[in-house]
Amino acid sequence: MTERLTPFLWILFSLGGTIAAFLFPVHLFLGGLAFPLGWLDAPSYEALRGLVQHPVVRLYLFVVISLPLFHWAHRFRYTLYDGLQLYHLTVLIAVLCYGAALVGTAVAAYTLWNLA
Amino acid sequence: MPPTIALDVIRYRPERNEEPSFQTYEVPFRDDWVVLDALNYIKDWLDGSLSFRWSCRMGVCGSCGMMVNGQPKLTCAAYLSDHQPGPIRVEPLNYFPIVRDLVVDITEFLRKLTKVKPWIIRDQVWPVEEGEYRQTPAQLDTYRQFSQCINCMLCYAACPIVGLEPEFVGPAAIALAQRYNLDSRDEAAKQRLKILSDHAGIWGCTFVGECTQVCPKHVDPAGAIQQFKLTGALDALKSLLLPWGTR
Amino acid sequence: MSDLSHHTRYHPRWYRRRMSVWWWLKNRAYSKFVLRELTSVFVALFAILFLWQLRALAHGPDAYAQFTARLKAPLFLTIDTVAFLFVLFHTITWFNLTPTAMVVRVRGKRVPDKIVAGSNYIVWVLLSGIVAWILTRG
Ligand code: SF4
Ligand code: FES
Repeated sequence: MTERLTPFLWILFSLGGTIAAFLFPVHLFLGGLAFPLGWLDAPSYEALRGLVQHPVVRLYLFVVISLPLFHWAHRFRYTLYDGLQLYHLTVLIAVLCYGAALVGTAVAAYTLWNLA
Repeated sequence: MPPTIALDVIRYRPERNEEPSFQTYEVPFRDDWVVLDALNYIKDWLDGSLSFRWSCRMGVCGSCGMMVNGQPKLTCAAYLSDHQPGPIRVEPLNYFPIVRDLVVDITEFLRKLTKVKPWIIRDQVWPVEEGEYRQTPAQLDTYRQFSQCINCMLCYAACPIVGLEPEFVGPAAIALAQRYNLDSRDEAAKQRLKILSDHAGIWGCTFVGECTQVCPKHVDPAGAIQQFKLTGALDALKSLLLPWGTR
Repeated sequence: MSDLSHHTRYHPRWYRRRMSVWWWLKNRAYSKFVLRELTSVFVALFAILFLWQLRALAHGPDAYAQFTARLKAPLFLTIDTVAFLFVLFHTITWFNLTPTAMVVRVRGKRVPDKIVAGSNYIVWVLLSGIVAWILTRG
């Protein structure tokens, strides 16, 4: 079963990794450092609400949150059991990692749906 | 006194030792000597019982691979002068069972190589009269790099997955599979994909990338594996979207 | 073949080394590899932070003000700084490995690795600029 799923999980991993590589530095720099520290003017609540009204923006946010979570799930799963040699826990680790990514994706979908 | 350099060499004689230990030898230091020359000096003048493999002394046969100061190297290409002032640690290749001293067992490696069917497979073999299977320089170019492997196993000694997962087919064998997959005369890419689409094959690899770093022939096994993964993933996607397509 | 070789697999006299649990500390390249893999933790962390921000946004102006105030706490600033460095490391390693993972051919010739990796960086700068422009415009 997992053997058959692996190629698809790898695709999610790759897409998520690419998205994170291109877009996370700028989002993290602005949202986590530049805005809180006042280096740049943060967008107002109203401006952001206006922005997320647009379906393209919401789709963007969904993709940008969900796929990197799968990126994490895949990478972290391998790191855990290769790094710590937890071969007897393979299934448990896989379920926890991909499961967490699925939950995150569901929450993201729900939140963005209600933001409209 | 002419200059010398020390070599810390792993010794393991199964009939006498429980486990391997280091023995230090002092050998003449010469600018034009490689580690293999030093080992041969030891064997000829200091200790005839030291065992190691070598043959061509010019990076072609792939039999002299050892760990030199912890890095997998062809000892015939590892200059003493690059490892000054010593002592230089010489150990058998990582992750392989040690048969004796610096000699490792390669049975599993050979089994893994043949597992990927590294030969040209055709659905229909032409009779000899029809002439040879032709190939353009551009077609040759797509796999040339992967065909340069000399089976030195340095990439295996560099790969932690090989150590962690004894069944993992490993870098050179997957690069070799890719070499035949990309060959315009071959028609068995699907078969090899099937053999390698599991955790002992391409999906066990986490792209540490050290195999490519240590390869003396610039084969780039890490690249071969990633490209293989991409093919495998697209193939899986295709068979999901077009389940009635050719299987 | 495999049957033939099986009898040698557990040869009693051959010495088999065991891999330590700390293998990834034994060698520089391995440590760098594990560090690279651990960037994924910070990627996930930021994805969750992002999600949290959206939820605050959904809950109205007060909740959102509370969220932005919280981001100014030293704890969050520290986490964000560390996360930023790790994410940057992810970006750099990801871009530099692209040419190995993907062979790009133009008219039958393999595009040099430097150009493939380099074009990643150019697109990265462009995308970052667009995102920054949209968020700081108003
Ligand atoms: S791929 Fe390179 S390192 Fe590996 S066995 Fe072949 S020549 Fe040696
Ligand atoms: S002796 Fe042949 S490769 Fe070194």
